[in-house]
Amino acid sequence: MFPYLEVLVFLPAIAGVLLFFFPSEFPARYYRRLGLSLSLAELVVAVVMLLKFKTGVAGYQMTSSYRWIPSFGISWSLGVDGISLFLVILSVVLFPIAIFGSKETRDPKSFIAWMLVLEAACVGSFLVTDLFDFFLMFELTLIPTYFLMANWGFSLGGRAAVKFFVYTFLGSAFLLVGILALVFIHEASTGQLTFSISALAHTQMSSTAGRLLFLAFSVAFLIKAPVFPFHTWSPDAYSQSPISTAIVLGGVMAKLGTYGILRFDFQLFPQASRSLGWLILTLAVVGIGYGAITAAGESHLSRLVAYSSLSHMGFIVLGLFAFTTIGLSGAVLQMFNHGIYTAALFLLLGMIYSRRNTLDTSKLAGLQSKAPVMAGIFTVVMLASIGVPGLNGFIGEFMILLGAFVSHRWWAVVGVSGVILSAIYMLWAYQKVFHRKDPEQRGFKDLSVAEVATLVPLVILIVGVGLFPSLLLNRINPSVHKVLSEATPASSYQSSLGKVGR
Amino acid sequence: MLSLLPYVVGLPLGGFIVLLFFGRRLGRPGAGVIGSLTVGAAFVLSVFVYIGLLSRPSGTRVYVDRLYTWFAAGSLHVNVSLYLDPLSMTMVLFVTGVAFLIHVYSIGYMSHDDRFHQFFVYLNLFVFSMLVLVVGGSIPLTFLGWEGVGTCSYFLIAFWFERPSAASAGKKAFIINRIGDAGFLLGAFMVYKYFGSLSYSHILSHTAGTSHEVATWISLLFFVAAVGKSAQIPLFVWLVDAMEGPTPVSALIHAATMVTAGVFLMARLNPFLALSKTTSMIVAVVGVATALLGATAATSQSDIKKVLAYSTVSQLGFMFLGIGTGAYVAAIFLMVTHAFYKALLFLGAGSVIHGMHDEQDLKKMGALRRFMPVTSVTFVVGWLSIAGVPPFSGFWSKGDVLDAAYVKSPFLWVVAIVAALLTAYYMGRETYLTFYGPSRWSTDEREEHKPHESPKVMTIPLVVLAALAVLGGALNLPFGVKLEFLSKWLAPVFAVSPPPPHVSTSLELILGAVDTLVALGGVGLATSLWRSRWVQPSLEPRVLQKAYYIDSIYDKAFAVSGTKLALETNDVVDRKVIDGAVRAVTAIVAGVGVYARKLQSGYVRSYALAVSLGVVVLLGYMLTRASG
Repeated sequence: MFPYLEVLVFLPAIAGVLLFFFPSEFPARYYRRLGLSLSLAELVVAVVMLLKFKTGVAGYQMTSSYRWIPSFGISWSLGVDGISLFLVILSVVLFPIAIFGSKETRDPKSFIAWMLVLEAACVGSFLVTDLFDFFLMFELTLIPTYFLMANWGFSLGGRAAVKFFVYTFLGSAFLLVGILALVFIHEASTGQLTFSISALAHTQMSSTAGRLLFLAFSVAFLIKAPVFPFHTWSPDAYSQSPISTAIVLGGVMAKLGTYGILRFDFQLFPQASRSLGWLILTLAVVGIGYGAITAAGESHLSRLVAYSSLSHMGFIVLGLFAFTTIGLSGAVLQMFNHGIYTAALFLLLGMIYSRRNTLDTSKLAGLQSKAPVMAGIFTVVMLASIGVPGLNGFIGEFMILLGAFVSHRWWAVVGVSGVILSAIYMLWAYQKVFHRKDPEQRGFKDLSVAEVATLVPLVILIVGVGLFPSLLLNRINPSVHKVLSEATPASSYQSSLGKVGR
Repeated sequence: MLSLLPYVVGLPLGGFIVLLFFGRRLGRPGAGVIGSLTVGAAFVLSVFVYIGLLSRPSGTRVYVDRLYTWFAAGSLHVNVSLYLDPLSMTMVLFVTGVAFLIHVYSIGYMSHDDRFHQFFVYLNLFVFSMLVLVVGGSIPLTFLGWEGVGTCSYFLIAFWFERPSAASAGKKAFIINRIGDAGFLLGAFMVYKYFGSLSYSHILSHTAGTSHEVATWISLLFFVAAVGKSAQIPLFVWLVDAMEGPTPVSALIHAATMVTAGVFLMARLNPFLALSKTTSMIVAVVGVATALLGATAATSQSDIKKVLAYSTVSQLGFMFLGIGTGAYVAAIFLMVTHAFYKALLFLGAGSVIHGMHDEQDLKKMGALRRFMPVTSVTFVVGWLSIAGVPPFSGFWSKGDVLDAAYVKSPFLWVVAIVAALLTAYYMGRETYLTFYGPSRWSTDEREEHKPHESPKVMTIPLVVLAALAVLGGALNLPFGVKLEFLSKWLAPVFAVSPPPPHVSTSLELILGAVDTLVALGGVGLATSLWRSRWVQPSLEPRVLQKAYYIDSIYDKAFAVSGTKLALETNDVVDRKVIDGAVRAVTAIVAGVGVYARKLQSGYVRSYALAVSLGVVVLLGYMLTRASG
C-alpha cells in the first residue's frame, strides 16, 4: 500500500530542509510557487488518504511502525483515526492557503522553508502514535513558529515570539517531565520500557500519581490551546505574527492542545481526567465568558480574534470534558470548524491591513460600501464564528453544549452565555469596521480575483460542513466512541447511557 | 401533491442563490421580478400542498418528509426533515402569500435604491428561512430557520448601514434576540435530555406522563426564546429600533411573519404548555401586560412607523394572551388576520413615506387623502380592522382572544379590553394625523415635491391586503361548527391540550357587543380628539413617548456599563493582572528580572534558539547513549 502517512510527514519536512540549501537569488514568486506546489501536492496526498480512509473503523488505520531506538522502547509509529483525520485535513488545507495568501517579500526562501517544516511538524503531531514521537513533533512546531514570528512578524514580532516561546516551552517542560515519569512508572511495574501510547494506557499507578501526571500533561495542552488563564501569550502572538503564521497558530496549532487532551489525557489518565474534569471544565467555561468579554473591549482586530479564539477553545474543552459521545464528537468537529473560520478571519484581516496599514477598529469605517464582496465574505465567516445554523460553527457548538448539558448541566448553562456574548463582540466590531460612512476620501479596493480564490475554499467548507456535517461525523464518531468507552469504567458508562435513553 | 413541499421551501432558496450571483446583472426591476416570482410560485405550490393535505382524513393530516441526516453522534440523530401539519400548513400559506405581495410592493418602493438587487437577495433568504422555521421537522432545524430569519432581519434593519442609527438597530435586534436564543438552546437540551430525541414526530407523541416540573422548564425556556423573537416584555425594545429598516421589511418581517414566530413556537409546543399551568399563566400575564404597554406607548409616538411598531408589540401581546389562556386557535387566527391588516398598515405607511419623499413625522403630514386616495382608503380599512369594528377581520379574531381571557380571568379581560380601546384610538390618531386635518408639509408648489399617490405596483398589493383585512374573519366565524373552519382545521394540532375555554352563546353575544362598543368608542374618541387638531401635548406625555423609559434604562444598565466592563477587563484584568502575574512569574523563574530589558532582541532570539536546540541535543545524547 502507498505510504500515505509517511509521505504526509516527510514530504514537507524534507522539502523544507532542502530548501534552506537552495540558492536565494531567485525572485520571491518562485519560492512562493514552489512552496504552494509542494503544499498542494501534500493536500492531494491527504485527500487521497481521506478517500481511502475506512468509515466505521474506530481504531488507527494505515498504521506503520519502525523500531527506532529499541533500548528505550521508542519506535517511529504512524496511524490515523477519526480523531486525527480532519485535523490533518485541516492542516493541509490551511497551509497552501496561508502560503498563497502570504505577502512576505523579505528572504522568501527561508520563509517558505520554515512554513514547510512547520507543516511537517503539525501533520506529524497528529499522525504519530508514539508518545516520544509526539513530544518531538510537538516541540518541533515551536522552532519554525518562533522564527516566522520573529523574522517576518510586525514590529513587536520579536518580543511576541520570545513570549510565545518561553510560555509554551514552559508547558513542554511539564509535558516532558510527565512523559518520562509515566514511562518510568510503567517500567517499574511491568519491567518494560516503552513510549507506545496503547501500552502506556494501561499503566498501574496510584490515583495521586495519576492526578499529578494528568496536571503535568494538561498544563502543556492548556497553554497551547490556549485555555484561560494560560492565554496571555496569544493576543501578542496572533497580532504580531505575519498573517500566514497567525492562520497556522490559530487554525492548526491551537488544536494541538485540545488534540493532546483527547489523545493523551483521556487515554493515559482516564480516572484523573474524570476526577479533575470539574477543574478543567471550570477553566473552560470561565474562558468562554472571559474571552468574549475581553474581545468586546478590544479594538485591535487580530487581538480580538485571539480573545474570540480563547472563548471558542473553551467551548471545545467543554465538549471534551463533557465525557459524552455527543460532546466529544462535537468538540472534534469544532476543532476543524474553528480552524476554518479562524483562518478565514485572519486572511480577511490581512487583506484589510494590506489596504489600510491598520487593524484598529477606531481607524476603520464604512468598508461595506466600498468593498461589498469583502463585506459579504466577512459576514459569512463572522456568522459561522457566531454559530449561526446552516454554517459550520453551529453544529460543533450545538453538539458540545448538548453533550455537556446531558452530563454537566450547570457548566453547559454558563457556556450558553457565550452564544450571546459572541454575537456582541463580533457584530460590534463589524459595525465599527464595515458599517457607517468612511470619513476618509481614500478608496478601498474590493477583493481581487486572487483574494477571492484564497477565500472561496474556506467559504465552501464553512457552508458545506454546516449543511452536511455527517460526512465528517460518520468518520469521527467511531473513534470518539472508542476513546470514550475505553476511558470509562463499564458500570458508569452504562448508567450515563441510561440517563440519556428514552 | 404533498411531495411538492420541498419545492415550496426550495423556490425562495433558489431565488436567493440566483439573485446572490446574478442579481446585479438582473438589475431593476429584473432582480425584484425574479424574487417575486419565486415566492409567488412557492405560494401557488403551497396551495397544491394544502389541497393534498386537506384530502386526507382529519386525524391523519401529518406529513413528514425526511431529506437526509444532518448530524448524528451517539444516541443523537438529527434529520433535515420537513414536518407538515395543519399548523405549519397555515403558516406556509400566509407566509408565502403575504411575502409575495410585499415582494411585489418592494419593486416599487425600492426602485430608487442603489442596492435594489441586494434587497431582494436578503428578502428571498428571509422567506426561505421563515419556511424552514415553520416546516422544520426537528428543533435544531426550526432553530436554523429561527436564526436565519433573525440574521436576515439584522441585514435588513441595517440595510442602510451608512446611517449609524440603522447599523446600531440591526446589531441591537440580533443581540437581544440572541438572549432569547440562549433560552431556545437550553429548551432544546432539556427536551433531548428527557425525550432522547429532537424531532417533533417523536416528541409530540411522547409528552404524556411528563412531570409538571419538566414541562414547566421546557415551556418556559422556549417562552424566553419567544419573548425575544416576538418582542414581549422585557425584550421588546429592539422592535421599535427595527423601524430603521426599509418599510416593506417592517411589514414583512417586523409585523406579519418573523415576529409571530414566537407565537408559532408556543403553539407548536402546546402539549408542554398544556401540562404546565405555571407557564401558561406567565405567558398570559406577559402577553396582556405587553398588549397594554404597547398600546399606551403607541398613543404618543409621532413617527408614522413607530406607532405601528408599538402596535405590533401590543398585538403580539394579544396573541400570547390567547396562547396563555389555552385559546391556541384564537391566537393563530389573530396572527393570520394581523398579518393582513398590519402588513396593510405598514405598506400604507410606506406608501405615504414614499409619496412624501421620506418624511416620517406625523406632525408634518395631514390632508394627504386628497393626494393619495388609494392609500388613504386602504389605510382606513386597516384601522377599522385592527380596531375590531365588525365585520372587519380584527373583530372576529381579537374577539376570540378576549372571550377566552374573560372565561379564564376577568382581570386579564379588563386589561385586554383597555388595550383594545386604546388600539382603536391610537390607530385613529395616526389615520387622522396622516390623512386628515390641515396640511403641515411645506407648500412648495413645484410639482415633483408635492405628495403623490404611489405607482400601481405598490397600490395593488394594498388593495389585495385591504380585501383580506375585511374578509379575513371568514376563516373562523363563530356561527356554529360549520363556519369555524380554522378551529376544525387546527383541532388535531391541539388535540392533546384541553379544549379552549368554553363560552356560552349568550355570553359570546354580550362580549361581542362589548367589543363592538369598545372599538367604536376608541374610533369615536380618536375622531373627536384628532379629526382636526394635531398638537395636544397633554395626550402625548413624554413617559409614553419614551415607552416608560425602559429602553433608556437598558441602555444605561447594560450597554454603557457593559462596555465599561469589557474595556476594563481588557485593559486592566487581562493586560495588568493576568499577564502581569505571568510576567512576574517568568521574571522570577528566569531570574533575569531587570536585565531582561537590557538584552538585545537578537540576543534573546539566539538564547531561545539555544534553549530549544539544547533540549534536542540533550535528548539526542540521552538516546544515543542509551541505544549504544
